[in-house]
Amino acid sequence: MNPILLTPLDISIAASLIILDAVLSIWLRLRLHRQIAIAAARMVVQLVAIGYVLRFIFSLNNPAATLLLILVMVLVAAREVAARPERRFKRHSNLVIGFVSVGFATFITSILALTTAIRPQPWFDPHYAIPLAGIILGNVLNSASLALDSFLGSVRRERHAIEARLSLGESYREAIAPLVREAIRRGLLPIINQMSAAGIVTLPGIMTGQILAGLDPLEAVKYQILLMFLLSGGSGLSALAASYLAAWRLTDERQRLRLDRLH
Amino acid sequence: METALLVKELRSEFAGPFELNLGTGACVAITGPSGSGKSLFLRMIADLDPNQGRVWLHGIERASLPAPDWRKRAAYVSAESGWWADTVIEHFAVNSRSEVAALAARLGLHADLLDASIVRLSTGEKQRLSLVRALLPSPPVLLLDEPTGPLDEESVVRVEALLRERMATGTSILLVTHDPN
Repeated sequence: MNPILLTPLDISIAASLIILDAVLSIWLRLRLHRQIAIAAARMVVQLVAIGYVLRFIFSLNNPAATLLLILVMVLVAAREVAARPERRFKRHSNLVIGFVSVGFATFITSILALTTAIRPQPWFDPHYAIPLAGIILGNVLNSASLALDSFLGSVRRERHAIEARLSLGESYREAIAPLVREAIRRGLLPIINQMSAAGIVTLPGIMTGQILAGLDPLEAVKYQILLMFLLSGGSGLSALAASYLAAWRLTDERQRLRLDRLH
Repeated sequence: METALLVKELRSEFAGPFELNLGTGACVAITGPSGSGKSLFLRMIADLDPNQGRVWLHGIERASLPAPDWRKRAAYVSAESGWWADTVIEHFAVNSRSEVAALAARLGLHADLLDASIVRLSTGEKQRLSLVRALLPSPPVLLLDEPTGPLDEESVVRVEALLRERMATGTSILLVTHDPN
């Protein structure tokens, strides 16, 4: 079975659904219509561009080029993580937190998968490494940004509670623990939902893609299961890293709550 | 009178420098217009806000103690009380119920209140309970930000009586107030 190739007209018909979202946003005053339009436009430009880049990198077959591309992807993901929360750190801390949490989770889980489960020859073969890192990145970005958003939002809301605990002589770690827990929990919810719904409510993206591309459903399922495990590990790591880094950035050597470091 | 709390050149980028010599068992009230840095002064002594300067308590310098240990000795009670668990009693050490109830009763709070949900408490009840929470371990210095602000006259009298009693046993109090009395 050969994949059915799409024409530009097929795609433009689907694009009308974006307009539906924008109308919804204006009607319900979600103030998201600009963001939706920009995100949709970005998505198209980015995907077309990455199509060409991937073609080029695959033809190079050079590990340094592969690593460089993945690093750029991590950096862009870090920017997304940094930009999402309503409350942000002054200066570059959001970006650093995003970069470290997303990069750390992505590298650990992709290298684990490439060297122990998928094992392409060589293990850094860009045909495997780049798509795999990309899928993991998309997911860990989600959990890192949810965790960071949850933490930075709650820390300001719970300011009086945290400072009351500090005033009673509790350590910053104790005072902040419920917020860190909640942030990690929030970061893990999407992957838990995804795993619970997989196969019943949704046919996950990779599996669907591979079936559309002609692979046997059971082979596609195996890939999807492996991927879900990787994604849950990656989500946990990135949510953990993002929450702890943010918590650490909001205190100092005298265990104060440094909300002055937020905008 | 023996010095309890000694503050020298305490400042931050927003306020100061402040000097203070608070005797053992003494009470000093700070008054002044809003935004003049009264609360900040208390917070800086408790080391809750960034600050420079030196502070001693009974001769022990603040910088020589880990911050949590210092805050146990110089207990700051905010004008806006903070709560992190669902019910009142969860905010106190386990097995401290009878002491909490006794102290709360002194401030006119019924023992039933200890099992109440925080969201059902009035501002005045929360304020008095946060005072109970700070008084329970008997810290040598109390830093009270508007301790009687949201309270009715009867409660104010009760709070004052309790604080006087603590002063008689050597507790020093630094408080910020709008109330000229």
